[in-house]
Amino acid sequence: MKLEPESMAEAITSGDRLILSRVLTLIENYDPIGIEVLSLLFQRTGRAHLVGITGAPGTGKSTIVNRIASYLRHVPQEGQLKPPEIAIIAVDPSSPFSGGALLGDRIRMRDLSGDPGIFIRSMASRGALGGLAHTTADVAAVLDAAGYDLIMIETVGAGQAEVEIASTAQTTIVIDAPGLGDDIQAIKAGLMEIADIMVVNKADRPGAKKTLKALRNALMLGHPSKPAKLNQASEDGQPEMWLPPVLSAVATRNEGIEEIVAAIQEHRRYLNHSGLNTVRERERRIAQVEYLLRERLAYEFHARHPAKHFDGVIEKVLAREFSPHQAVQSLMQDA
Amino acid sequence: MGRKIRVLIAKPGLDGHDRGAKIIARALRDAGIEVIYTGLRQTPEMVAEAALQEDVDAVGLSILSGAHMELVPRILNLMRDQGQESVPVLLGGIIPDEDEPRLLQAGVTAVFRPGTSTKVIISAFKNAVEASRNGV
Repeated sequence: MKLEPESMAEAITSGDRLILSRVLTLIENYDPIGIEVLSLLFQRTGRAHLVGITGAPGTGKSTIVNRIASYLRHVPQEGQLKPPEIAIIAVDPSSPFSGGALLGDRIRMRDLSGDPGIFIRSMASRGALGGLAHTTADVAAVLDAAGYDLIMIETVGAGQAEVEIASTAQTTIVIDAPGLGDDIQAIKAGLMEIADIMVVNKADRPGAKKTLKALRNALMLGHPSKPAKLNQASEDGQPEMWLPPVLSAVATRNEGIEEIVAAIQEHRRYLNHSGLNTVRERERRIAQVEYLLRERLAYEFHARHPAKHFDGVIEKVLAREFSPHQAVQSLMQDA
Repeated sequence: MGRKIRVLIAKPGLDGHDRGAKIIARALRDAGIEVIYTGLRQTPEMVAEAALQEDVDAVGLSILSGAHMELVPRILNLMRDQGQESVPVLLGGIIPDEDEPRLLQAGVTAVFRPGTSTKVIISAFKNAVEASRNGV
């Protein structure tokens, strides 16, 4: 199959799933043709709502994604003529040793197969440490241009610092489960801070109430003392500030899913009304362009300078003649 | 470093024995391959659709139920209809000798029986992917 980037972009916008899938592979592989297709499609992005799902391994991220997608596909929503088309990007870790990966999130998403309004793509993190792969945002952009209304991005099982999802998605859901930590865990920096919505899954297990309470208390510590103002309508009917709701769910029994969907929709309205969407979009784009610039500069540097010179500087660091900082200084002076 | 290989490991049909499929998935992972594992009881439609959405370089099927002569041709036909005719399909399981020629003729790239070493299977996947990428 040899196609020009223009024809590929056109095929994607007219709903060709095979071409879409193959272009996603090109993008994952940093293939220049994939990047060209993305650039051709970029004007058509910005319509989809990007929702990130993160949390520790085994808290039920895939199951919740499966349930949310099923719910939206089958239960008619107010003001919508047809169910939203949904794309799911599920990221799992690459092995640091072999570079291989076992991508198993589809196992929990079997309810969704056979539905033409669903597209699921598994991605290996390929060495990236922030909970996503380096190309996840680009893959999401292509799915956005392809016309998916909702894009759910499931991160690798996250610890405390895998927070990149917050600068990729518009709404971030952090999934927790009972028994994973005390109230101090709840006020540490990192994962907890990026939540727009918190879900305590497996809420039928012992300790669920305690976890819910610890999370609610932790969130209140960081917000103004007048909870009346939060999530409450001001004169024009919109909340002035967003206090992340802490919801409980038992995803395997389909409990609490409706509330999660309602919170996602509420958060989207809030983002649009408050102008926060524009602010976050700007931050997102700055981060993205900065990242690409850094990558490109390093690439250009290595392309223009003999490896011998670089190796020489490394030798000096190994001999303790240069600190790593001096090494970079020396490389830049010669650049 | 060449382009990453992505492989779908699927268990079509109704038998509940996925140990073999898991061993193969794990071995391929350790060989540097990205393996999409979809779990038990997949219909031919689910397998073909997953292969398409994941844009895999090869599909590995594990069938122990004896239903391979129905399931495998269905999967191959569906994949062909979707434009995935160039994606090699490898089969493992309890496959009687006399079925093998018909399976190969239907388009299966290789058939493996119990006792095959993972080394042999890994290189069969790698060779099949290389051959299809080179358009052989």
